[in-house]
Order: sequence, then structure tokens, then C-alpha cells
Amino acid sequence: MASLVPCPHCGSRPKEEFTVKGAALKRPSPEAGADAWFDYVYLRDNPRGGYEEYWHHTAGCRRWLIVDRDTATHQVTSCRDAASASAKEHGA
Amino acid sequence: MRYSALSLLWNGLRGNRDWKPAWRQPQPKPHYDVIIVGGGGHGLATAYYLAKEFGIANIAVLEKNYIGSGNVGRNTTIIRSNYLLPGNNPFYELSMKLWEGLERDFNFNAMVSQRGVLNLYHSDAQRDANMRRGNAMRLHGVDAELLDTDEVRRMVPFLDFDNARFPIKGGLLQRRGGTVRHDAVAWGYARGADSRDVDIIQGCEVTGIRRENGRVTGVETSRGFIGCGKLALAAAGNSSQVARMADLKLPLESHVLQAFVSEGLKPFIDGVITFGAGHFYVSQSDKGGLVFGGDIDGYNSYAQRGNLATVEHVAEAGKAMIPALSRLRVLRSWGGIMDMSMDGSPIIDRTLIDNLYLNAGWCYGGFKATPASGFCFAHLIARNAPHETATAFRLDRFQRGYLIDEKGQGAQPNLH
Repeated sequence: MASLVPCPHCGSRPKEEFTVKGAALKRPSPEAGADAWFDYVYLRDNPRGGYEEYWHHTAGCRRWLIVDRDTATHQVTSCRDAASASAKEHGA
Repeated sequence: MRYSALSLLWNGLRGNRDWKPAWRQPQPKPHYDVIIVGGGGHGLATAYYLAKEFGIANIAVLEKNYIGSGNVGRNTTIIRSNYLLPGNNPFYELSMKLWEGLERDFNFNAMVSQRGVLNLYHSDAQRDANMRRGNAMRLHGVDAELLDTDEVRRMVPFLDFDNARFPIKGGLLQRRGGTVRHDAVAWGYARGADSRDVDIIQGCEVTGIRRENGRVTGVETSRGFIGCGKLALAAAGNSSQVARMADLKLPLESHVLQAFVSEGLKPFIDGVITFGAGHFYVSQSDKGGLVFGGDIDGYNSYAQRGNLATVEHVAEAGKAMIPALSRLRVLRSWGGIMDMSMDGSPIIDRTLIDNLYLNAGWCYGGFKATPASGFCFAHLIARNAPHETATAFRLDRFQRGYLIDEKGQGAQPNLH
């Protein structure tokens, strides 16, 4: 596990300040259908390598972040704010 | 060679020069009827029961490392069958019954030691939950006793009964639970399978699954292509990786679980004790070391090592339960990769590919299940139908809404 996480708001912070939620998956639309929702809720790529996860900076800015981490080496390659990443995706 | 007191004496008198290796180191054949991917406890048990109970010849077990190098040699060796839900309980009780006859069955000393598993409770609500679980166990014919504070105090007087935050109010005891020497389980099954002509091929990593017309025809490995009639996956923490070779996406996440062993002590803890207010479980090995563990670290990991934050958490839980642990020195800690399923229960099922079988999702409860897992998986492979105790462990249960959520945590594996 990486010791220091580069929080976009607080800078480089120790991992103990964060809570890991799990895979940062794109939430399907409410009308997407049972298969899409099943995939979203239950199925995981579970890769050995790069993985995007939701982390909460519980003891810091309390923002939800998207951390890109290697599941074998634990190296963190990027860390960005989840809300602004989502806004960018939706063209806001 | 059959092991017995006489063979021990005879070989001892002759200077122990004539012992033969317990299993062969065969070269892979071009084709097997059944190939099992993963030479851990479950894979080896599957091969053993396929050959012994279901009359299948021509089986291979492929292991990328050496047998016993994964979770079967990394767990805290606890066996128990104290499950609540009807989908789980008969299966784990079958496992307990197989443990009870295992050493005689495969002629190997696995040090099965039924010293009791005691789950503590700390509040009225927890007592009620334990009573419910105990009653469910007894309805399934499994032994369970609900103890009050005094009865627990007589058994294990050194617990912190009057802890201000988590006073110990009693415990649920399964006397038939206990510990087993985990390496010997891998070795015993390997030896038993090998003597029935199963090829155990170590240092052979599966790198691809070859399919034709919707059926598996064999596997690409680091030692070349090997053909098979049926392919069975028992790859534990690497299940998602292997399944991806057949374009299967599984309801699994891989997480690291740590375990610890302390310096050797004089006899101190007789059975297995688990903390009800946190996740902590401890037993004492015959060498004297305390063997203990706690929660998974809580993040996806393929690294077989964990993090210091969890070490601290486990130590704190241990000290809250047994204050005398405070000056104990920890000798070793290590990690294993758990195949955490989305409801905390395993999968033993066929897949959408006709001759591909899956055994996965053991979370951190796979060791106690080893004999039944092997037996039921062998049943499934040989007969194409699930064993009667494993009918609930279906791969499609997540889609159909038949979850077996023993802890009621939902599809969040880092909480299981």
C-alpha cells in the first residue's frame, strides 16, 4: 500500500487518513436495465495492475477522490477529485 | 508406501534412509480427462476425491508455484462449522465430518485437533444473535453450547471480562471445532492423489485457456499446451485472472488478509478464541506460538503482504480481549490473497462454458472448507450435478437474488 497519497486538495498525505470504498465504476442510468445494474453491483474486473478506486479523504478534506493504484505494487499513479472528474465526463 | 507406527519404527532403526518422496514430479502428458488449475488445498482435495470417490483416472493438478505455497499454508488453521444460514451450514458440517475422518482416510498425520472454538459476545444483542446461530446449528445437527460469563471464566480466566467498553458476557462454543496442521493437509491430499496416479505438476503456470466451438480444449501453460476433457478452476485469489482467460468476469475482488505468529509460550490458550467486539481470533500451536489474525486490509491487493495499520488494529483487538498479550513478541507476519465474493459465500458451480467448472469466492474462510470443497467440486465435475450440500453455491445467485449473505453486509467485499 502506498504510504503517501497525493490528494488534489491537501497535497501529499499519509494513507491512514483515507478510507477505501472500492472500484470506481460508472453508475448506470436508472433505466439501464437489469443486466447493466447486475454488472455494476456484482461483477468486477479485479485486475492485477492499474485499478481506479473511490477513496474518501476521511481525516482531511472529506472529498471523494478517484485514486489510480496498482493492485500488485500499490504504486499510486494519479489522484483526482471524484466530483470534478464526473463533471468533466458529463461536459459540465 | 503406507505410513504406520511399524513403518516409522522400521525406518527409524534403519537411519531414515529409505523414505520415498511422498509424490512424484511428473512431466505433463499431452492430454488429461480433467485438469485442475491451482495446487492449493481445494485443488488437491478435488483431485484426491475425483480419483478416490468418483473413479476418474487421468487427472492433472497444475500449480504455478509449489504446492502449499498459497493460502493453504498461510491461514490460521482453524476448523469449525458454526454457520447460521441453511445454504452454508450443511456444507460446513460435511467438511467437519470429513476432517474428523481425514487422517485415517488419506493416511497422513494432519494433527486434526478438536479443541473447541469459542466466539465471545459482549452485549445482550450479541447474545441473542449467538443464541440464534447456536439454535440454527443444533437444528442442523451441529453441536453448539451457549456459555454465560462464569462458564467462560472457568474455561479461559485470563480474558478481560470487565473491559469498560466491551465486557465479556459469555460465548458460543463449538467443541468439535479446532485446528489442523495446514501444510499437512496439502501434503496429505497431494500424496493421496499422487498414489492414485494424479499428476501434480508444480512450476506450471496457466497462461491461456484454449476454446473451440464453445468448449475448452486445453490450457496454454509455461510448460506448453496441455489438452483436457474438463477444466476445473480452483485458483483462489487469482480466480479472476484465470477466469479472464475464458472471458469470464466474476463477482470477486482479491484482498490481502494477514496472519501472525508469536514467540513460543508455555501452554496458555487451549482452543480457539474469537473476539466479538472486533475481528480477532487466536489459538496456540503445538510448538507454543500463538497464531492469530483479524480483518482483511480492506483494499484490493495481489501483493502477499499487508499493511502496518492492520497490524496495529489486530494487536489492539487482541490486547482488548487478552491483556496478557501486551508484551508478546510477534515472530512473523504474512499475507495471503483472498477471493472475496460479493456476499461472503463461495461459488462451486458450472459456468456458461460447458466443460469449465469454477471453485472460488472462499473469502477468508476457505481452509475449514477444504475437504468439503474438494468433495463437492469433485462431485460436480464427475457428475455434472452439484452435491446436495452445495446446491446454494451457484454462480448465478447474484443475478437471481439468492445471495447467501451470512454477515448481511451487501455487495461490499471489504466489509465481509
